[in-house]
Amino acid sequence: MADTSQGVGGLTFDKSKRSWPNELNILLALVIIIVVFEAIGQFAPYMNGQSFLFDTKDRFDSIFNEARLQIIILQVAIIGIIALGVTQVIITGGIDLSSGPLVAATAMIAMSFAQVAEVNGFPNPKALFGPWAMDLPVIVPVVIGLAFGACIGIINGTFIAYFRIPPFIATLGMFLFCRGIALWWSGGNPVSFPTDAYAWIGSGMMPVVWFVLLAIIFQLIMSYTVYGKHTYAIGSNEEAARMSGINVKRHKVMVYMIASMLAAFAGIVLSSKAVTAQAGMGEFYELFAIAMAVIGGISLQGGRGSIIGTVLGAMVLGVIRSGFTYIKLDGSYQLMAMGAIIVAAVILDQYRQRNRA
Amino acid sequence: MSNDIVLETRGLTKHYGGVQALNDANFILKKGEHVAIMGDNGAGKSTFVRQITGVEQRTSGDVIFDGQPVNFTGPIDAREAGIETVFQTLALADHLDVPDNLFLGREKTKLDWLGPFRLLDYKSMRQDTLDALERTGVKIPNIRNTIERMSGGQRQCVAIARTASFASKLTIMDEPTAALGVQETAQVENIIRTLKEQGEPLILVSHNMRQVMDLVDRIIVFRRGRIVANLRKEETDGQDIVAYITGAKTGAEYEGAA
Ligand SMILES: Nc1ncnc2c1ncn2[C@@H]1O[C@H](COP(=O)(O)OP(=O)(O)OP(=O)(O)O)[C@@H](O)[C@H]1O
Ligand SMILES: [Mg+2]
Repeated sequence: MADTSQGVGGLTFDKSKRSWPNELNILLALVIIIVVFEAIGQFAPYMNGQSFLFDTKDRFDSIFNEARLQIIILQVAIIGIIALGVTQVIITGGIDLSSGPLVAATAMIAMSFAQVAEVNGFPNPKALFGPWAMDLPVIVPVVIGLAFGACIGIINGTFIAYFRIPPFIATLGMFLFCRGIALWWSGGNPVSFPTDAYAWIGSGMMPVVWFVLLAIIFQLIMSYTVYGKHTYAIGSNEEAARMSGINVKRHKVMVYMIASMLAAFAGIVLSSKAVTAQAGMGEFYELFAIAMAVIGGISLQGGRGSIIGTVLGAMVLGVIRSGFTYIKLDGSYQLMAMGAIIVAAVILDQYRQRNRA
Repeated sequence: MSNDIVLETRGLTKHYGGVQALNDANFILKKGEHVAIMGDNGAGKSTFVRQITGVEQRTSGDVIFDGQPVNFTGPIDAREAGIETVFQTLALADHLDVPDNLFLGREKTKLDWLGPFRLLDYKSMRQDTLDALERTGVKIPNIRNTIERMSGGQRQCVAIARTASFASKLTIMDEPTAALGVQETAQVENIIRTLKEQGEPLILVSHNMRQVMDLVDRIIVFRRGRIVANLRKEETDGQDIVAYITGAKTGAEYEGAA
């Protein structure tokens, strides 16, 4: 029998060096974080033996605290939808800072085509347009919102790919531009009173449904389609991708377009959930979305990471936020701690990559 | 006009700003012929390759491939016309594995009506990769390994296997054995001999005198962006070639050029 682990010239293949998927590390971190919160709850004197994971009204009949899990996921679902797109952008080696304001702008625009004519028998007090824009089928605001997102993404991508503007700068410009659009759209007034169908999009646990559904779809796309393969290839070695005949510029435009459409969809879901759209919505969302991706092991150098990683990153962020509230950590401390955790995640990732190389 | 010419360049020139990397290169490659390009570092060999393969746009001059004047707008154009190239930079995506790299930009797919979201046919690409590696005699311990986990020589083997596993009208290799050990070099040279037997023409950029004398029919020497010699292997030897490379000698027909 030929020894298959032995290549010509003594090249050997060490099976033990097979990669341990990065996602498992994040899962492990998630478990550790949960255990730490559980321990603080059980043993810290001021917590009176509460539990993070379980309902402990009756200590002998502990049942899993589903409500907390639901709230955690619900809290991260909308930003998580943005993070799915940001992940793809980061995998190409880029960055997208425009998503937070894009959420607000899309919320305003979509909501203004989703308004009802009458509220409790009176004309809609927040009506932005005339009767022609009232009581439209839900598909209209959704399509308009997504189309707006697509335009913003195409503009981002075109500046980055064709005019060689660094992604940081191009999307920073778009960040301000979109916030401007959100303020200008209705002169700073909230847009409210959507149709029932529009209000359904973000009602109850629907944001979680969309997040999970989109995460599954994009995980499959990134792993099994030409689009996904080319996205990784561009982030891995843009020159090689170009030499292999990939239309790198066109592909980048498509990636930014998809990312912005996901952010736009997040804006639709958010305005539906809040049953109103306001120009200040989505503040810091772009940063939390990037944080989810980074915690989830997406390398800012590009070429590395997965949608599953980002979903886990979103869970880590959600658990930390919920856990901090649970151990009664003040909001200001929460922000400081979260900042530290994000930086720590990147340091850890770089350390891991250096050890691998 | 005889049509046994595979590739011809007339006055091929490339300037990078003020750098005249390639000047007035006139070159002919006949059917089935194996030609080596030699010259010192920075002589313009890779630049010549990049102009032929559409990676860059030439400053002036003509390229005639397979009887037609061509203006490749990108490497994919050249590849579709039948030119397979191993670039000096290898052009591999580090985070992807061997089949991914072999088929990058020309993936085998299913459900093509899905457009950019058409599915990758991993199974068939893996099988083809194994076949190609077997055919070319290249041994890679595990094709599912990503390129970043491979040695320089293994990377080079992947790049060469990529070139050799697709049928082509012309193969170009830019220093394919630069990082290879003795056995791997022998492997690559065997691939080149196989191409010769199959009558496939080849342009080989190499600094390795022994290899060049072993493998090719003709040697072109570049010096400071110009072709300074065109030598049949039987009519030259190592010392002679070195004289052209270093500038001690210049071919009669190129007098006044360099
Ligand atoms: N993109 C570029 N911009 C500016 N100058 C360049 C560029 N590419 C190559 N050059 C210059 O053109 C000249 C020829 O370079 P080239 O890469 O063709 O050399 P080479 O003969 O392949 O050398 P080597 O044996 O080292 O590979 C060099 O002086 C190099 O500095
Ligand atoms: Mg070179």
